[in-house]
Amino acid sequence: MIRAFTLVFNRELTVAFRRWSDLALPIVFFVIVCTLFPLAVGQDSGVLAAIGPGAIWVAALLATLLSLNALFREDFEDGSLEQLALSAQPLSLLVLAKTASHWVVTELPLVIAAPVLALGFGMPSDGITALMLTLLVGTPTLSLLGAVGAALTAGLRSASGLLALLLLPLTIPVLIFGARATALAAEGNPIEGPLLMLGGITVLALTLTPFATAAAVRVSLD
Amino acid sequence: METSKFKLEWRALELCRGDRCLQSGLNGAVEAGQAIVLRGPNGCGKTTLLRALCGLTMAESGEILWQGTELHKCRSDYYQHVAYSGHISGLKQDLTTRENLRFAARMRGRHPNQNELLQGLGLQHCADLPVRSLSAGQRRRATLALTLGSGAELWVLDEPYTNLDKAGCAWLGRRLNDHLNMGGLLLMAVHQDSLIDASREIVHELPGAQP
Repeated sequence: MIRAFTLVFNRELTVAFRRWSDLALPIVFFVIVCTLFPLAVGQDSGVLAAIGPGAIWVAALLATLLSLNALFREDFEDGSLEQLALSAQPLSLLVLAKTASHWVVTELPLVIAAPVLALGFGMPSDGITALMLTLLVGTPTLSLLGAVGAALTAGLRSASGLLALLLLPLTIPVLIFGARATALAAEGNPIEGPLLMLGGITVLALTLTPFATAAAVRVSLD
Repeated sequence: METSKFKLEWRALELCRGDRCLQSGLNGAVEAGQAIVLRGPNGCGKTTLLRALCGLTMAESGEILWQGTELHKCRSDYYQHVAYSGHISGLKQDLTTRENLRFAARMRGRHPNQNELLQGLGLQHCADLPVRSLSAGQRRRATLALTLGSGAELWVLDEPYTNLDKAGCAWLGRRLNDHLNMGGLLLMAVHQDSLIDASREIVHELPGAQP
């Protein structure tokens, strides 16, 4: 079972790194959106620092959404999804491997780029550390929830709009705790509470969503 | 290959696509050394039947039994013995043929000698090219290689001769007969000559879909 997980994970990474353009899209989008805020809001650093955590979190969410459409679509079209579903290994494990690789190639670059962009918002160093921490703990949930939506809409023609409608309401808790913890840290308050809550949500998503994703894949293939 | 004990059976299957009922009251079985060949006009439900027998599509009613057990109760065991090759390839376009085959084999816990298979399929010179750059016929060969190299006992092939040249068809025919002679099972939908020994072939003629 571990072997099958590793095999799928490695194959996903190989495919992702052979397609640089798809790989770069979410992170470039994220950087551009985060740069637009200082330009549009102006140099009033008080306002910028106040909206910084929320703006960066929303940008990360939208960048994730941009990349999710491709998570199962291509596999659906080239038939490799159907071959995964015909594997003797549990499908939930295989889709979890796909989700994990999605996190590595899409979300991890966002986590790494976020501190630099936070400087553009004039956020204090405490806030920047908290931003990275919350993104690191919170973005797996975005990938995991996104995988359910992506699997459900894999066979549909105009999926991206529907995917956004399905997914965005579900991500509200992550957004609230992520952005709130960052804002608290920027004001010099402790962030253990919201950070633990965020971790709890991630663990819950990790436990439940692979089964939902696998079921959604089977529905899409039917 | 110790396969003599395997048997797939289906009873009173009713197949639908959307609101449209394609076939009903389908019965049949395939055992070691047998080939079920599905024939029928376009849109009569051959692909749907094959997909239902693989557990990819839900049949409207009826039951599918593998070794006497309902399919959805023994999915994992069943899939160890089944290889399906449908209309779409199941190959990742950005990986090479060799990488695709290696992945498929390892997922089944196998490390077969790929060169032999690639040579038989005439793919040895383009095994290290991305699948994206192959021709339709070469892609079909690569797709077949997934099934032929799988080591599975039951092969489910949906129009395997599509896009193949004459030599390719003849080669595939020989491989299918070899598989049956070794006690393998075969489910296949074709329009042209199946190239399978008449003694092993059981033809199921599906009627045109009900309007």
